[in-house]
Amino acid sequence: MITYLEAIREAQAKALADDPRVYIYGQDVGQFGGAFKATKNLAKEFPGRVMDAPLSEDAIIGSAIGAAIEGMRPIIEMQFADFSTIGFNQIVNQAATLHWRTQIPCPITIRLPSGGTAGAGPFHSQSMEALYAHYPGLIVMTPATVEDAYSMLLEAVAIDDPVIFCEHKYLYYHLKAEALPTEATPTGKARLARMGRDATIVTYSAMVHESLACAEELATEGWEIEVIDLRSIKPLDTDTVLASVARTGRLLAVGEAWPWGGVTAEILARVATEGFGLLDVPPMRLNAKDTPVPYHPNLWGTHRPTAKTIAAALRQLLAA
Amino acid sequence: MVQATAAPAASAETSNLESRFLAAYRWMLLARVVEEKLASLYRGGKITGGVFLGKGQEALSAATGMALRKGDIFAPLIRDQAGRLAFGESLLDCTRTYMGSRLGPMRGRDGNVHRGRPREGQLAMISHLGAMLPVVAGSLLARRFKGQHGTVGATSLGDGATSTGAFHEGLNLAAVEKLPLVLVVANNQYAYSTPTSRQFACEDLVDKAIGYGVAGHSVDGTDLAACLQVLDRAVSAARAGGGPQLVIASLLRLVGHGEHDDASYVDPKLRETPLGADCLKLAEARLLAEGWASAEALRKIHEGAERQVEDAVTATLREPFPDPNAEDWCALATRHLSEGSSHG
Repeated sequence: MITYLEAIREAQAKALADDPRVYIYGQDVGQFGGAFKATKNLAKEFPGRVMDAPLSEDAIIGSAIGAAIEGMRPIIEMQFADFSTIGFNQIVNQAATLHWRTQIPCPITIRLPSGGTAGAGPFHSQSMEALYAHYPGLIVMTPATVEDAYSMLLEAVAIDDPVIFCEHKYLYYHLKAEALPTEATPTGKARLARMGRDATIVTYSAMVHESLACAEELATEGWEIEVIDLRSIKPLDTDTVLASVARTGRLLAVGEAWPWGGVTAEILARVATEGFGLLDVPPMRLNAKDTPVPYHPNLWGTHRPTAKTIAAALRQLLAA
Repeated sequence: MVQATAAPAASAETSNLESRFLAAYRWMLLARVVEEKLASLYRGGKITGGVFLGKGQEALSAATGMALRKGDIFAPLIRDQAGRLAFGESLLDCTRTYMGSRLGPMRGRDGNVHRGRPREGQLAMISHLGAMLPVVAGSLLARRFKGQHGTVGATSLGDGATSTGAFHEGLNLAAVEKLPLVLVVANNQYAYSTPTSRQFACEDLVDKAIGYGVAGHSVDGTDLAACLQVLDRAVSAARAGGGPQLVIASLLRLVGHGEHDDASYVDPKLRETPLGADCLKLAEARLLAEGWASAEALRKIHEGAERQVEDAVTATLREPFPDPNAEDWCALATRHLSEGSSHG
């Protein structure tokens, strides 16, 4: 069995082994193996290519851009997605504009340990995908499975553009697969995680699993819920979403991030503008509450959508 | 740490100084002439956006560009026209970017001082001050990975940028990695309108070198010979493995932040101090006093510069602007992953 976190470690090992242009740079990623051990033993296996960085997110990402200009393909680990705000300027103004301005590609992969876990609190729990997706010039991946964590990270390193790789901390240890995948769906293609005919849930990352649990529960009541795992939110596979809504006529978009202007809003906007006639009832969306992410498990468990709250929303949608 | 200040050139170096001084003067003058032309094109409505001049900073800038070699990396800032030319940027790259020619390196997608050819070591600055410092550090890190030794990277900043997080993070990272990076700070006394008294509280910016564990150099930015000497020393030390070098040059910006700015906030008394001297005029006086050039020779150099600028501007005026209908509006190198504007 291999965990989501081990898949991320294995993908990095393969990228380092396959391509001498790849190196890893981030806080505590060297001998220590990273705060979550995503780079465990890599410094030993690839001497000089997995380096501890000073506590300087701006300089870490800025340096990766400079290295990319020189033809390298850096993998950057932000210790937590939340800390990428310190490197935000380099990501959105430098990395994201480089190719468009100068025709020089910027192949950097920025790993963001994302999303909430119980007890992590306001500054170690954030989901920042919508923020980065807003900027032109970036690709934003949000893998929900062990297989995607592995194959999409390898694809991220191979892509000639800056990739924001949002790996979900909640999935690190308890999401497991039999083995690493030998083939992969390309980025830009969503995955039909569960087939159904009564309603469509469009979601990504950890919320895929909450949505699948909810679909399982509603199946006992006779409802057949389709679940789409977007895999990447930019590009966003609108075609697969529209095809599903064409089958079910009902749409619920679910995300762990905050509600204002995020991924779920984008999904609803696209379906409303490009597939309004496919909808039998008004579409719905479910997000985290519009407050910072709370510390205590009781509050945190209510702040983000869960199988239970998704089911409540779905029942409302199905009754409409 | 090395505290270096400019000393008079040794006699053995005099003939070398003469040829380098004259070469630097040519770049300074060409920069001054093209910038005066850009200012007049701006006033005549031929340039959209803004024009940002380096008047008063040409000696420092030219010395920086000249201390570097082909194969080095240079991330210039706003007032580096002279250094860009000395490092190998063509006049056409300047006029085309300012005037929005489709044929320039930025193709109308970016303008004025935001230009470069990264693969040729000329990095294209973004507006966020200090932000290029970590990028240069990363390029040098990459060269170390590739086993490419003997090149250096230089970048320019102003006094204002020393207050940014990027300055701190970038210089510290370069120091930790002992990178061959030269950071040239033009302390031109004002960050836009903000005087240094509202910018930092240390007595002298060069003292910051101690805190970062890098070598520090001070230089009179109005004195071309001193700039040549100190920049050569700093770049050579970086090239020889001496780690990052912080150069602090004292001078006064003799123009506004941009041509839209009359710089009325500049203390008039400051203009009367040695800081307020025009480095180009001082260089000319020295050329004549030393007998390194005659008045006639200087007149010819000036005419040559005028002609080069006229040629570049005339050629650029005939060139096409970017065409929004021909623009592909794709920000990604990986074209098939682009969402385009189909969902907007």
